[in-house]
Amino acid sequence: MASGKVPEGRWYTAEHEWIAGDGTVGITDHAQDALGDVVFLDLPEVGRHVERGTVFGVVESVKSVSDLFSPVTGTVAAVNDQLKDRPELVNQDPYGEGWLVRLDTEDPIASGPVLLDAAGYRALPD
Amino acid sequence: MAVGADWQQADRTPLIYDRSHPGRRGVRLPAPDVPALDEAALLGPALARTAPLGLPEVAENDVVRHYTALSQMNYGVDTGFYPLGSCTMKYNPKVNEWVAALPGFQRVHPLQPEDTVPGLLEFLASMESILGEISGMDAVTLQPAAGAQGEFTGVLLMRALIRARGEERHTLIIPDSAHGTNPATAAMAGYRVAVVPSNVRGGVDLAALRGLVNGDTAGLMLTNPNTLGLFEDEILEIADVVHSAGGLLYYDGANANAILGEVRPGDMGFDVVHLNLHKTFSTPHGGGGPGSGPVGVKAVLEPFLPGPRLHRAPSGALSWDDDRPQSIGKVRSYYGNVGIVLRALAYILSHGPDGLREVAHTAVLNANYLRARLAERYPTRYDRSVMHEFVLTLAGQKERGASALDVAKRLIDYGVYPPTVYFPLVVKEALMVEPTETESKETLDRFADALAAIDQEIDATPDALKTAPHHTPVGRLDEAEAARRPNIRWSAGGGRPEPTGP
Amino acid sequence: MRYIPHTADDRAAMLAAIGLSDTLSLFGDIPAAARLGRPLRVPGPLTEMELQATMRRDAAQNRSVEDLVCFLGGQFYDRFIPAAVGALAGRGEFATSYTPYQPELSQGTLAAIYEFQSMMAGLTGLAAAQASMYDGASAVAEAALLAMDTTQRLTVVMDRGVFPESRQVAATYVTARGGRVVVPAPDQSLEELLASLAEPPAAVVVQQPDVLGRVRDLRPLAAWAHERGALAMAAADPVALALIEPPGRMGFDVVVGEGQPLGNGLQYGGPTFGFFCVQDALVRRLPGRVVGATQDGAHKRGYVLTLQAREQHIRRERATSNICSNHSLNALQATIYLALLGPEGLREVARLSTAKAHYVVDRLTALPGFARMAPDAPYLFEVALTVPGSVADLNRHLLDRGILGGWDMGRWDRAWAGGWQLAVTEQRTRAELDQLVEAVASWR
Repeated sequence: MASGKVPEGRWYTAEHEWIAGDGTVGITDHAQDALGDVVFLDLPEVGRHVERGTVFGVVESVKSVSDLFSPVTGTVAAVNDQLKDRPELVNQDPYGEGWLVRLDTEDPIASGPVLLDAAGYRALPD
Repeated sequence: MAVGADWQQADRTPLIYDRSHPGRRGVRLPAPDVPALDEAALLGPALARTAPLGLPEVAENDVVRHYTALSQMNYGVDTGFYPLGSCTMKYNPKVNEWVAALPGFQRVHPLQPEDTVPGLLEFLASMESILGEISGMDAVTLQPAAGAQGEFTGVLLMRALIRARGEERHTLIIPDSAHGTNPATAAMAGYRVAVVPSNVRGGVDLAALRGLVNGDTAGLMLTNPNTLGLFEDEILEIADVVHSAGGLLYYDGANANAILGEVRPGDMGFDVVHLNLHKTFSTPHGGGGPGSGPVGVKAVLEPFLPGPRLHRAPSGALSWDDDRPQSIGKVRSYYGNVGIVLRALAYILSHGPDGLREVAHTAVLNANYLRARLAERYPTRYDRSVMHEFVLTLAGQKERGASALDVAKRLIDYGVYPPTVYFPLVVKEALMVEPTETESKETLDRFADALAAIDQEIDATPDALKTAPHHTPVGRLDEAEAARRPNIRWSAGGGRPEPTGP
Repeated sequence: MRYIPHTADDRAAMLAAIGLSDTLSLFGDIPAAARLGRPLRVPGPLTEMELQATMRRDAAQNRSVEDLVCFLGGQFYDRFIPAAVGALAGRGEFATSYTPYQPELSQGTLAAIYEFQSMMAGLTGLAAAQASMYDGASAVAEAALLAMDTTQRLTVVMDRGVFPESRQVAATYVTARGGRVVVPAPDQSLEELLASLAEPPAAVVVQQPDVLGRVRDLRPLAAWAHERGALAMAAADPVALALIEPPGRMGFDVVVGEGQPLGNGLQYGGPTFGFFCVQDALVRRLPGRVVGATQDGAHKRGYVLTLQAREQHIRRERATSNICSNHSLNALQATIYLALLGPEGLREVARLSTAKAHYVVDRLTALPGFARMAPDAPYLFEVALTVPGSVADLNRHLLDRGILGGWDMGRWDRAWAGGWQLAVTEQRTRAELDQLVEAVASWR
């Protein structure tokens, strides 16, 4: 079971990323808790093309390092620059100030083979 | 730790910069006995240094007090029990230091003509043959500076042989319980890593291994006993599976202390081995190094060893031979960590054949005795007798509110350096204990008693664990803050220095 | 057996506690077919008294720089080491500790590494240093890998003036990663090679001062590299940096080097250490250990290993390097050495060495047939000369007179056949320098 907060109105991947209707992407509460203290994020620059299901960045905690997988195919429209100085925002507010990037995408942002709704994500096996 | 040392009054770990006072000097050099040189005129404005050197200005007494204070904030094998799993923190004999410091070994330049250092070359040659005998290998290079560099050397040797056979293979198989250096080494050498899972007995899953090997398999990297302290009893079958697929077997010698004189990697089917002289052969770890990671190989791999190699002329004289057309190339400058090799040789000579076997037997006895003493409260995941070390799982303690880290930190209050925590990754809440052969029964008993007492504290006085350690110069440090906003050098203001780039 | 404390009674009690009668039964998992079944064929055992006697005798077979006057260099120098360096670094609390994984019990090692990083960053003119590498050569090699990873390019240009040991080790590392090291041909300058490249390289690596002794203005090279998205990297002598503008202040991104000159003995080449410094943007790409400052719950300043997500024990096959240990104790010796000397002391070491080198080279080059190989640039305390005749023959002549002459550079690189690399440290007296000139003059 994916634990922690899983707000409605966003869509989720099995790799514990979320995406909102406007293309904003972050990691879930469950993911930030499992990682522990996030210390650094390696995020793509604006304008980079990313493919659905492929690695678009890396998140480092004190004692782990994990890839970030893109929920959709698209172009990076914005990057959360605040995280450079305050990576802890990912722990403190994963669905708000701790967002990672915003993607321009043609893909549907809706439940389907790749994206889960909140209930579907909560029901994921651990 | 000494009463009255500077750090006890300080509000922080002191730095030598704290004692700096402009104009103070620790060392004076003789007045020039040749005409002085105007370096500004020699170098000109483009090349002469304008930047300050940024070094502290202190008297010798300041230096001695400061580093004595720092040493008192450190814990070594000389301080007490150090059961750090996988690191073999055995006692480091003082005579080994004495040997390495002899002027005929210490004050020798690496480019000296060979005929000025015959004693040294004879020692290096005999160390090569001794390590070959101990590991069951035909040829040994002393050049790698550490275990990780030995691994790198070994993996390149394997590739060289495979290429010489006219093949290209791109995958190395590594167990899920392996040391982190194994996959990192494989990647550094450009290999793909395939992970073979452990079976229910904590060993390599032979069926899974059979499914993994194919024509792309360059080899398997394995330590035996493995990181769980368990001997891979199917090692001959494992070797057969890998060899039948055309791959080679690499032995990570990190755990060789358990097998000295009983079994040799070469006789288990391994083709390449590195040994950690700083583990098995008692050279001091130095706060993280220097170590030494000699590599031994079967004869078929000898042509590929790094140069130069020692060559014995018909007259008996030894010299360095750098004519090695098939060599993988050098992995470090000159001949390796010779000073460490000499210490290890002194250790081996002190023990002799029976003594080395006694080392393994005692290391294994100590581990099994300690495991038995702890079994009631701290289980191991696999119910087998172990070799030189064992891995406790503190999953039960975790359910009662104390993590492996909490228990480790509390052990510090009992005067013990904590065992390795959270490794290997295949065991939940792992605490990896390696007592070594140089610890007495009383020391092991005290350690077992401390762990038993801590187990009771989890329920009785849980704060004692959460706030531990209590008597160290600093408490638990904020590692997240350190990594988020790195402050990795001193600056006069105390904050993060400005970059000094272009 | 000397370091095993157990008595027969101890063993019996311990075996009884695990329900066994002998220790051999603990080895039951070893297949019989693999067992050794005979004693190891190794010498010993020796008592400590016997060991000391035999080692003293064997060590005495070697001639050391205590009884020979040393003019050898090649990144290893016969420099003065104050007694306090060994007395402090040799303390068991430093020497017998492990990598500082438990910071509460390792503040001594950690604080010393933090000091070391600060000193090396300052010396090289860069933002940051890590905790040390195995040696200068592997530091050059790891720098090349860093450049390949950062730029995603496969070619590393290395000047011929980079010390051969470093070039060779770098070639091993870079080739293993699928890249290649390109070195100018013997008759080609670095600039000519760069101009001929079809594609920009990952990095340009130079030695400062180079193997011929030349100190050069590196600023144009940094500009060339940065215009093409390549990294500018230098291997530098740490004592020379006391006098020359450091590469970090000439725009270089990475400065590495061999640390032996800083308070470390010769030890026939090891153990010593390598240093590795980078500009700010490359901090998270450093190989190996890095120590950082932080605080505990009571706001007390302390030190920890940091940025560990780069390292092999976490990142495994995606680590920046497989390096696990550093050469902490050697770096500690350097830290204590630098603290004892201070800025003025280190400058004095470099100045004295340079003055003595120029004194003796002026006299040697006044002899017929002796000349500097690269007279176009200033040199400090190490310089390449050409000699009239066989270098090996000259060195044999000098050795007969108790002098370890300069290095026969043709043994490194055919391009330098006939070259004689002479190093002069602060320890050489005027009498020894005159002795060298006299001995050379009497050759042939």
